[in-house]
Amino acid sequence: MGRYLRRRLASAVVTLWLLATIVFLIVNVLPGDVGRRVLGPFALKEDVARFNHQIGTDRPLINQYFTTIRRLFTLDFGHSYQSGKLVNSVIFPALFRSGKLALLAFVITIPISIAAGIFAARHQDRVADRVVVNAGLATSSIPEFVTAAVLLTVFCVHWKLGKVFANPPDGTSVISQFRYLLTPALAMVVAYFGYIARMTRAGVINGLQADYARTATMKGLSMGGVMRKHILRNALTPTITVISVQIGYLFGGIIGVEKVFNYAGLGSTMLSAVTSKDVPVLQGAVILVGIIYMVSTLLADVLIAFLNPRVRLESSR
Amino acid sequence: MSDRDEVIPTFEKVISTPGMDALVASDASAASAAAGTPPEVGPSGGEQLSERQQARRENWRLIRRRPAFIVGVLIVAIWTVCAAFGDRITPHNPLDFRAGTHLSPRAKFPFGTDEQGRDVLSRVMAGSRDVLKVAPLAALLGVLFGVIVGMLMGYFGGWLDNGLGRIVEAFLALPVLLVALLAVTTLGSSSTVVIGVVAVLFTPVVARTVRSAVLAERDLDYVTSAKLRGESSVFVMFREILPNVSGPIIVELTVRIGYAVFTVATLSFLGAGPQPPSPDWGAQVSGAFRVISAGIWWTTFFPAAAIASLVIAVNLIADSVQSVVEA
Repeated sequence: MGRYLRRRLASAVVTLWLLATIVFLIVNVLPGDVGRRVLGPFALKEDVARFNHQIGTDRPLINQYFTTIRRLFTLDFGHSYQSGKLVNSVIFPALFRSGKLALLAFVITIPISIAAGIFAARHQDRVADRVVVNAGLATSSIPEFVTAAVLLTVFCVHWKLGKVFANPPDGTSVISQFRYLLTPALAMVVAYFGYIARMTRAGVINGLQADYARTATMKGLSMGGVMRKHILRNALTPTITVISVQIGYLFGGIIGVEKVFNYAGLGSTMLSAVTSKDVPVLQGAVILVGIIYMVSTLLADVLIAFLNPRVRLESSR
Repeated sequence: MSDRDEVIPTFEKVISTPGMDALVASDASAASAAAGTPPEVGPSGGEQLSERQQARRENWRLIRRRPAFIVGVLIVAIWTVCAAFGDRITPHNPLDFRAGTHLSPRAKFPFGTDEQGRDVLSRVMAGSRDVLKVAPLAALLGVLFGVIVGMLMGYFGGWLDNGLGRIVEAFLALPVLLVALLAVTTLGSSSTVVIGVVAVLFTPVVARTVRSAVLAERDLDYVTSAKLRGESSVFVMFREILPNVSGPIIVELTVRIGYAVFTVATLSFLGAGPQPPSPDWGAQVSGAFRVISAGIWWTTFFPAAAIASLVIAVNLIADSVQSVVEA
């Protein structure tokens, strides 16, 4: 396990470095200077020059690149071009808000989709199975912002069940925050349900056909017992991987959801940083998303090893 | 039976390399686990070729019988007709027809009118053009790059495979939408840029699939004998191996088109795509969703439903192709 973890960590560092490099390349491809872009066409030449000097964009590119890489390892992304605030004081609160939304979405999605997957597998090739499989395929292929817009129309405007703007006012209690976040979270539930349900279904079907399941049934274990004690342990391995990957991909889809519901999370922060060319905030946010992805896939691997003695024992040898 | 049943062991692939794209394959896993026969091997003589053609014809017959495939093709066909004829078949001019603003759906305007009094139905019909032009091209180009990279990795192996493998692995961990958004807003939101960026971001996934398919073929007798005949590496890769890995490549292409529609629509919703007054679906939703709270739902709902119908249709086709090719 130790050796495996070290290898994974090394490749995670390489990926983060690549991510930082890509961001750096993309934002420096644009001709023209950052100061002019931020301050606008009417700013005085001297002001633009002073601003460029202040933020360091008048230094050679290679110097700026090393600064970028240093920032990646120190997690200090400097100050925002737009507001002048520390980047970390912008991205971490935003991450916290997105995290709340994502947590709610996953708390709803995981039990529902695993249950649906098991149900579909037990009724393989019958109507119930077809419904779960096709509904899962359909809903998971629709972009999140489309689902979000439809749910906004139906839930928040027609039925008035949720709030149109997902930002709860300061000091709102946890219970009423729930009302604000439920509809945007549901948009994400719809998007992620299909993958997890289909993965669970495939795993359970594999398990049902396996010799160990037949043996367990023949020795007299009830169906529920076989499912809990034998099949799910194996079937959930790929499901856990899927969930961890979803957590990484979530920050792509969440941008659309946050835009539709006007939610001040990390997605909105990234979107406004992209449009206003606020490079430090963008770098910080993208690196943060990268780190979250790495950590979640790493945790999933550890959890799988914990659940599966074969992986656990083999790698400790 | 086709000659590449367990070239992509979908289930294991997901376990070993986390990638959302592998998940679409999850359904076929039960079937592919059950099929354990080794791939058919043979020289690329005339007889073998006809056998391959026969297998293809059989696959095509099986696909045509799937209701999901027919529904998917029908929906895509409708949107393709709309895209091809554009404002020649729309009931009103999608760009500057002036009626009352924000009229709710009625007989004359079945989908209502938007904030400038343009007919939403006409705009939805005309809006299919942008996405149908960009998404398939992006997917095709991504698959092309991916086939080349994956073929090189699988065929040559060694340090080339290792080096490219590291890069592919790192690219797979990048949030596609985020990097695409970043690249498109910087490089400009023209169709060419969107196609290029999406294609490059799709390349690693395709490369990984092709690589594993090529690995299964590389050491088979027909490859060895072609090498012994003194054929060039390029010939062996693209004339000998490529036809034998065409199944997974076709599956990958259909799946990629689905993801491309998804990505392109989301990008244009986020402002990195066709700009107003373009009737592009994502751009329409982006311009209209803020008035939903005032009860004006039709300007958002219909373009959103159009996006949903197209992605679902493409995925129905992809799923049918996948279950037939991999079964």
